[in-house]
Amino acid sequence: MAEKIADIEAEIESEFEMLGEWMDKYEHLIDLGKSLPLIDEAHKVDENLIKGCQSRVWLHADANNSTVKYTADSDAVITKGIIALMIRVLNNQPAEEIVKADLGFIDRIGLREHLSPTRSNGLVSMIKQMKYYALALQAKHS
Amino acid sequence: MIEAVKEKTALNNEALRAEFSILSRKVNGQPLVYLDNAASSQKPDAVIEAIDRYYHNEHSNVHRGVHFLSQLATEKFEAARETMRAFVNAAETREVIFTKGTTDGINLVANCMARSVLRPGDEILISEMEHHSNIVPWQMAAEQSGAILVVVDTDASGQLVMEDFYAKLNKRTKMVSVVHISNSLGTVNPVKEIAKAAHKFGAKVLVDGAQGAPHGHIDVRDIDCDFYTLSAHKMYGPTGMGILYGKAAELEALPPYQGGGEMIKDVTFEKTTYNELPFKFEAGTPNIAGAIGMAAAADWMAGVGHDKIRTIEKNLLEYATEQLSEVEGIRFFGTAEEKTSVISFLVDGTHPYDMGAIIDKMGVAVRTGHHCTQPLMAKYGIPGTVRASFAVYNTYEDIDTLTAAVKRAAKMLK
Ligand SMILES: Cc1ncc(COP(=O)(O)O)c(C=O)c1O
Repeated sequence: MAEKIADIEAEIESEFEMLGEWMDKYEHLIDLGKSLPLIDEAHKVDENLIKGCQSRVWLHADANNSTVKYTADSDAVITKGIIALMIRVLNNQPAEEIVKADLGFIDRIGLREHLSPTRSNGLVSMIKQMKYYALALQAKHS
Repeated sequence: MIEAVKEKTALNNEALRAEFSILSRKVNGQPLVYLDNAASSQKPDAVIEAIDRYYHNEHSNVHRGVHFLSQLATEKFEAARETMRAFVNAAETREVIFTKGTTDGINLVANCMARSVLRPGDEILISEMEHHSNIVPWQMAAEQSGAILVVVDTDASGQLVMEDFYAKLNKRTKMVSVVHISNSLGTVNPVKEIAKAAHKFGAKVLVDGAQGAPHGHIDVRDIDCDFYTLSAHKMYGPTGMGILYGKAAELEALPPYQGGGEMIKDVTFEKTTYNELPFKFEAGTPNIAGAIGMAAAADWMAGVGHDKIRTIEKNLLEYATEQLSEVEGIRFFGTAEEKTSVISFLVDGTHPYDMGAIIDKMGVAVRTGHHCTQPLMAKYGIPGTVRASFAVYNTYEDIDTLTAAVKRAAKMLK
């Protein structure tokens, strides 16, 4: 059983709080983006591509009973770092919790601007897509 | 070496820089370094005040009233048209149509041509470096009329391949529509040569001058184009405003664009007769404040002097090219012999989005992405570039900050 979404969000928040200055936060984000093998190359196909006009995101989801496991990737490393955080929060969570999640931690750790639709980095569509998968799974099980 | 360059060519733009209040604000806690001028430039006090004065003291609808204010607004509005005529050196004031901007101007011409002269099998010639707003309207016109879109190549340095242009130009070519100066690369195209060659085949020529206008010295009669479009917001004026210049005979030959008030002479339910130029293409109450603001921007540029504007920009471009060249792994896109103050680049191993996001945190505003020229980026096989573009108020210090920020970001990202 995975930790609760809210608990993981709180964990990430305190991690970022310790980092202080934006430079350190970004360095941490870049490290996260670089270190995670996020997606199987076989899943890095056009059907899984979410087009943002600046950076691109690939998202793949696997259902495991009533929970969802995500893998994702991006060509931009900051985008990828944020994806890593999202996945850490949502992976292996019950579909109904994923649908409800508000993911406010991104705002609270000072990365809100990356979720602005005008940034056009695919993240907003990615979150929508993550929730669609969860919603579809929830529908199947209910 | 660096100091020598600075000394040799002092910009002498401190006083005019002070006319742009926004440049003294901070972003992300840092002094603003505004290098996104090709997307939109900032506005001097003179432009903001002209718009302010208009709404505070001079506003009414134009061309309709006998009363004092309507006359005053109409005089100002028409004086703005005359200012813009002089700005592009058109022969007659009626050849200046007020538009929302470049996009609007190109759509006007493309739409009206699709409904009149374009026939199935006719060809419309554009280039690979066009902005989406000089691609999509022609695709729509082609779809509507059965004409075919033909695209001229660009080479690795970002220049038009003129042999390809000549090879693709033929007697089926009805329209040649090219960008004066590329927004992604800064390349200045040989539009005069293009117009001359196109006219030999009887084709009409539109020049997308969105990036031409900010550098001044626009002469539509020297270029001898049939149409020229510009956007006020890129030349120190207000947003949502621009002009379409058209030779009187060419504008006369086109059907009207939108229908409504202002563009008619007489309306009955049986038949409407259209107004004459320029009003035939200006349906509805126009952006009066926009026209006045745009003219104030043209006046402001004239006051600074087009030569001085170009000299400052040239010095900034040279200095920036020299400084950025020192960044390890930097690759420039657009190295045409004749180019304006736009530098498009990538640093090996970094994505433009990441670079833009990090240097924004340092107060440096640049544009990242495909700059609305997706086909061009596809040709280079890149997701986009980082683009720094300089205006007359930028300084060598701005460039130093940019260079330092790029170096720091590259270090973080690699
Ligand atoms: C070369 C070029 N053409 C057309 C446009 C479109 O101008 P506007 O959005 O003002 O209509 C731009 C501006 O981005 C441009 O740079």
